[in-house]
Amino acid sequence: MASIAKIARRTFLIGSAAIVGGVAFGAYYVSRPAPNPLNPGDGEAALNPFVLIDQNGVTLFAPRAEMGQGVKTSWAALIAEELDVELDQVRVLHGPAATGYYNSAFIADGLPGRGYDTGNFKHAIGEALGHLGKTLNLHGTGGSTSMKDGYKRMRQAGATARETLKQAAAERLGVERAQLSTAKGVVTAPDGTAIPYAELAMEAAKLDLVETGLRPKSDWRLIGKSQPRLDMAAKATGTAEFGVDVRLPGMKFASLRMNPRQGGGMKGFDASAAEAMPGVEQVVNMGAGVAVVARNTWLAMQALDAIEVDWEDAPYPAETDQVFVKIAEAFDDAPNSVMRDDGNADTLPADAVELTADYQVPYLAHATMEPMNATALLEDGKLTVWCGNQMPTYTQMKCAEEAGLESEQVDIRTTYLGGGFGRRVEFDYAVLATRLAKQMPGTPVQLTWSREEDMRHDMYRPGALARMRGGVKDGQAVLLDGKVAAASPVAQAMKRLADLPQAGPDKVHVEGFFNPPYAIPNFRMAGHLSDIQIPVGFWRSVGNSFNAFFVESFIDEMAHAAGADPLEFRLDMARREWAPAAGVLEAVRDMSGWTGKTAEGTGRGVAMCYSFGTPVAEVIEVVEEDGSIRISNAWIACDVGQAIDPSIIRAQMFSGMAYGLSAACFGEITFADGAAEQGNFPDYDAIRMHTMPTTQVQVLETQAHLGGVGEPGTPPAAPALANALFDLTGKRARRLPLMHDFDLLI
Amino acid sequence: MPTDLRINGKTHQVDLPDDVPLLWVLRDEVGLTGTKFGCGVAACGACTVHIDGEAVRSCQVALSDVWGEVTTIEGLGSPDAMAAIQKAWVEHQVAQCGYCQSGQIMQAASLLAENPAPSDAEIDEAMQGNLCRCGTYPRIRAAIHSAAQKMQEA
Repeated sequence: MASIAKIARRTFLIGSAAIVGGVAFGAYYVSRPAPNPLNPGDGEAALNPFVLIDQNGVTLFAPRAEMGQGVKTSWAALIAEELDVELDQVRVLHGPAATGYYNSAFIADGLPGRGYDTGNFKHAIGEALGHLGKTLNLHGTGGSTSMKDGYKRMRQAGATARETLKQAAAERLGVERAQLSTAKGVVTAPDGTAIPYAELAMEAAKLDLVETGLRPKSDWRLIGKSQPRLDMAAKATGTAEFGVDVRLPGMKFASLRMNPRQGGGMKGFDASAAEAMPGVEQVVNMGAGVAVVARNTWLAMQALDAIEVDWEDAPYPAETDQVFVKIAEAFDDAPNSVMRDDGNADTLPADAVELTADYQVPYLAHATMEPMNATALLEDGKLTVWCGNQMPTYTQMKCAEEAGLESEQVDIRTTYLGGGFGRRVEFDYAVLATRLAKQMPGTPVQLTWSREEDMRHDMYRPGALARMRGGVKDGQAVLLDGKVAAASPVAQAMKRLADLPQAGPDKVHVEGFFNPPYAIPNFRMAGHLSDIQIPVGFWRSVGNSFNAFFVESFIDEMAHAAGADPLEFRLDMARREWAPAAGVLEAVRDMSGWTGKTAEGTGRGVAMCYSFGTPVAEVIEVVEEDGSIRISNAWIACDVGQAIDPSIIRAQMFSGMAYGLSAACFGEITFADGAAEQGNFPDYDAIRMHTMPTTQVQVLETQAHLGGVGEPGTPPAAPALANALFDLTGKRARRLPLMHDFDLLI
Repeated sequence: MPTDLRINGKTHQVDLPDDVPLLWVLRDEVGLTGTKFGCGVAACGACTVHIDGEAVRSCQVALSDVWGEVTTIEGLGSPDAMAAIQKAWVEHQVAQCGYCQSGQIMQAASLLAENPAPSDAEIDEAMQGNLCRCGTYPRIRAAIHSAAQKMQEA
């Protein structure tokens, strides 16, 4: 494989040309079909990389990581809709790491612009540029992109397969293709002759593909209706295989301890006591840490505790206070971006009231329920790695580098993910398992991190600071001038993935900051990047996770300063900017029976954020009970344009909110002596059954484009809760987590 | 010294140090991987199994302390022959990532064995030790109520 840097450089040239309309060369190159990754064997006909039909029936490939968001089911439904098969008739597999499974929506979301203002022309460019995902080798799951990516492409795959099968039947029966009908995996002729797809597969493989249009929405059988999830029975019976459940003949179990001062090395270690412990087979120097291979995982973990290690210092300030001082220094530098600069933000409009506020949010761990793990086997010059991951092709490339192999010699087997939330976009766990496998060729080894190792070796949601200044006049916002400072997950990921420098304005850093769908005449939002070296990455909703807290908390402060109702204040600004944003605010107003007044002992707050193509508004209600504060109710409204599976969308909206509330209430990673102080759930708790609010979700379909659903529920949660706490107590939360300043029910 | 363990109606002989937690005996020695490792400190409930019908955190029960018959999620039912509570989980489409669900189901099964018609407050009390990072709680609650009703009708 060509180096990723070379491919990316070539692609960026093409991309730039495509943005200004010079798409001739780029369009040809980026439109060239990816090789079929399925490599069909005897008796199989691969009509395209997403459908495989053989004597055993129909197999659909949903090469997106199933981490709870239902993608396996929804992706299969898109294909099945046009292919005319039932979901209970087909097998659905993830498939191998393959360039052919590139995610076209990754790049489209990186285009300049606020997102919600995307017209059809720009939307089309976004789709064309999406094919760049193929040249960037972006086979991955994240950024709430799966349905945007698959919505048209998978229906087209299904339709093409269906028509080609019909053509095969037409030639066999000597009738016109148009006379044939299809249903439940069978082609039926006017005389009643019925031929299952499997019997036509070989003949269809010899034909040129038959292109056809997509069915109108009015004919849909599956899309828009809730489907039974394909993974449900396995997950209710303990038979769904996660990475940590992989079992292979002769497999050894291992665990590890890496330098908790992340990025620091190891001066040395003494494993003499560990080597003598029961079940211990091998102690391995992992570079910046040490691993133990043992008869079982627990014996490996016990032995690790007995190893004395001399760690090097961290390449960042050792204490939390110093960390935030360092991040604040970024405000002294020129901004990396000013993606919104409307009107004149330098001057306070005449007779306006000015207000300012500073906010701070902590570093956060992903804390997936399944700790990081991977299983690797190096044998006969071939490496196989089993793990839940969001980026098979990058995992493949990085494991190949570690093993000194070509990517083609590495087989990535993607299992179910016990949570992703952006953590499994990274590949460190797979590379470390590969490092271990190199020490024991021919023997499969499963490397499982302890919870403490997982929490202390994360690519965290960056800690962030905001300095906000606003102006209100006659009950309205007339000025919003904000600055945010944080380390950049994109810059660090580019370095980790491809050793590429991050260049130009970083949109992810300011998403949710520069593009709230509000009309404010003087509106300037600047992003300042800190180069602090604490590892940071993509935490569910990424930049929106902190930016929405800053913007929506401060908007609330502005509403109160203006003497306006916080919901009506937002609604007025949203109506003048983008109707769907106003629509979700109206929906939560109506669902919650918002009056602007709350009873003694009750508080309500609202927040709205547009992220990943979807505006989401949330109203959160808190009550004071027995001396502590409980989150009692929540109302969520989202506008996704087209709801592919309403039940999954409602589940994702609640899930996103719960993840956001967990972090807002209890989540923080702090540093002492260069290491994260939190190591396990007692230090890093989450919303539980008894602290979960009763929640209603409404899914709207008014906007023109398909919106994502995996992440947009998260950003409004923290500010809506903080605003509710203000309503209840009169105390404004300008830092998270809220447990430090409010007596929350735990 | 080899220890005999009764798990899901079968006897397994294991030869391991006394202090190895039941969780790891099940997962790494017996090969029953439905029971999950989440935290190792009894703070998440992913490793919940039954010993003589009582829900326990298997990460905290040493091999030498296993006092009775062990039931894991595999012993409750299989995809072809699900227990009523597992059917309720499917009916309510509870799982998202699914990693915590074995523990949730085992905890809920033990609740229903003791209390055939739990209230919301009783469900809160029994289930608050079982963490779900996806936030499937509303459907867990609904599935418990539904299973309770089905089990009473049966």
